[in-house]
Amino acid sequence: MRFSGFRVLAEALTGHTGWRPLWRNPDPQPAYDYIIVGGGGHGLAAAYYLAKTFGKARIAVLEKGWLGSGNIGRNTTIIRSNYLLPGNQPFYEFSMKLWENLEQEFNFNAMVSQRGILNLIHSDGQRDAFRRRGNAILLSGADAELLNADQVRDMAPFLNFDNARFPIKGGLLQRRAGTARHDGVAWGYARGADLAGVDLIQNCEVTGFRIEGGAVRGVETSRGYIAAGKVGVAVAGSSSRVMQMAGMRLPIESHVLQAFVSEGLKPTIPGVITFGAGHFYVSQSDKGGLVFGGDLDGYNSYAQRGNLPTIEDVAEGGMALMPMIGRARLLRAWGGIMDMSMDGSPIIDKTPIDGLFLNAGWCYGGFKATPASGYAFAHLLATGTPHDTARGYRLDRFATGHVIDEKGVGATPNLH
Amino acid sequence: MLIPHPLLGLRDAQEFTYLGDASLIARPDGMAEGAEAAFAEYVYQRDNPAGLHRELWFHEQGDRSWLVVTRDTTTHEIIGAELARDVSLARREAGA
Ligand SMILES: Cc1cc2nc3c(=O)[nH]c(=O)nc-3n(C[C@H](O)[C@H](O)[C@H](O)COP(=O)(O)OP(=O)(O)OC[C@H]3O[C@@H](n4cnc5c(N)ncnc54)[C@H](O)[C@@H]3O)c2cc1C
Repeated sequence: MRFSGFRVLAEALTGHTGWRPLWRNPDPQPAYDYIIVGGGGHGLAAAYYLAKTFGKARIAVLEKGWLGSGNIGRNTTIIRSNYLLPGNQPFYEFSMKLWENLEQEFNFNAMVSQRGILNLIHSDGQRDAFRRRGNAILLSGADAELLNADQVRDMAPFLNFDNARFPIKGGLLQRRAGTARHDGVAWGYARGADLAGVDLIQNCEVTGFRIEGGAVRGVETSRGYIAAGKVGVAVAGSSSRVMQMAGMRLPIESHVLQAFVSEGLKPTIPGVITFGAGHFYVSQSDKGGLVFGGDLDGYNSYAQRGNLPTIEDVAEGGMALMPMIGRARLLRAWGGIMDMSMDGSPIIDKTPIDGLFLNAGWCYGGFKATPASGYAFAHLLATGTPHDTARGYRLDRFATGHVIDEKGVGATPNLH
Repeated sequence: MLIPHPLLGLRDAQEFTYLGDASLIARPDGMAEGAEAAFAEYVYQRDNPAGLHRELWFHEQGDRSWLVVTRDTTTHEIIGAELARDVSLARREAGA
């Protein structure tokens, strides 16, 4: 079933009786060549590219709940390629290029919207740092513009420019950044993978690994043992729990991040606006809700919900930046479990166990990485070598000193 | 969350800052053989359990003591708190 404008029209005229489920719901086979653990954005994208781009077959995705029930369905949907460090920026720009063609690629509406991201500047020191970052972004081949206060005022006149503590002096703008529909991304990759022959197996929790002679042979699951040639783990906030079953400890802490959405309003916010100094960021969904968030709660958590002090902190940030937000009613708040790595950057690598591969450490920035992460993980699984843009994402970089610490805060996962 | 401070009674967790796993108390000997590997392990690797977690909290806006708090990471329930100093001294006495 292909989606098109014509198809929508035809269905509208025939009572919408022709739509079919987007994927099969198969039982697991006894053995696969490739098993991906985790049916979030990264696992589904990896399966998709393994089948479509690398031409592999006999692939399964094992998901303990339903597809997209983890962070892919909980994030605030920001996509951007405005990183500073050479270990990161080429990877995120590769991801942005994949976003730009994603809907044509998998024939599904993921509502990719390049409405821009604006990082606000409040001091001379911050302007210097953002100018440096902007130059690094331009050198990497991506786009960045430094705005003065008047240019920011033209874009977002509703901001509080004269806050005594954080007056707005300008901003760093990336126009190609924006948002995408998070669920749509998971569904698009799931449907594309299913069409390419991947078995998407839901309600199938991996409960152990069978490892013999230093090599992985298969996985124990809540639906029985499944043999595998290669196993790739992409379980985000559950990474430490799952890899512990293979006897590994990771450079990761799990933390809760909350997000918020207001009632639907008329269009007000032009793109994504970040107030880093005040720990607040906001965008507006196509339904009109203001989608916003701030910092982690700050302590280890697997609870998928946060506490009130962080909600108060985010609300204060919002009021300081755009006082009009006080008139909007909060509709929902929720939390997701982040795999916070020790340097704030991800891991896409093989492990000391033959045939077992790891994709983890995405912190709160893994949504934008979904296409590139899936592609690079598929590349690693299919060829045994890292994708060019993901070479730095080694598991042993912490021991060898090759950390990629974008914020320069060291081994403090709750500050990245 | 309320933390039962051994000296001050129940205190709001907002008065504290969070460091992480209480195993950070056991800093390896930098002069020992194999110190480099031991430090890589100490600084970067974590158990990160789902369930009971012993962790370091600093009473920054209070008496500035370090506590070892035992908390369930799946529910946020706080089971107990000890002075980190006592934990450390007990460790030393046990010869660990
Ligand atoms: C509130 C919030 C806001 C965010 N905002 C942004 C943002 O604006 N921009 C951005 O780039 N990123 C953002 N992120 C981060 C982003 O959502 C994550 O980094 C990314 O989704 C993680 O990859 P994933 O999609 O594969 O994870 P998930 O969707 O969590 O997938 C992992 C899957 O593994 C499954 N699993 C776990 N254990 C097992 C097991 N034993 N067996 C089988 N399956 C298992 C889980 O059920 C889950 O479905 C945000 C996250 C949160 C919570």
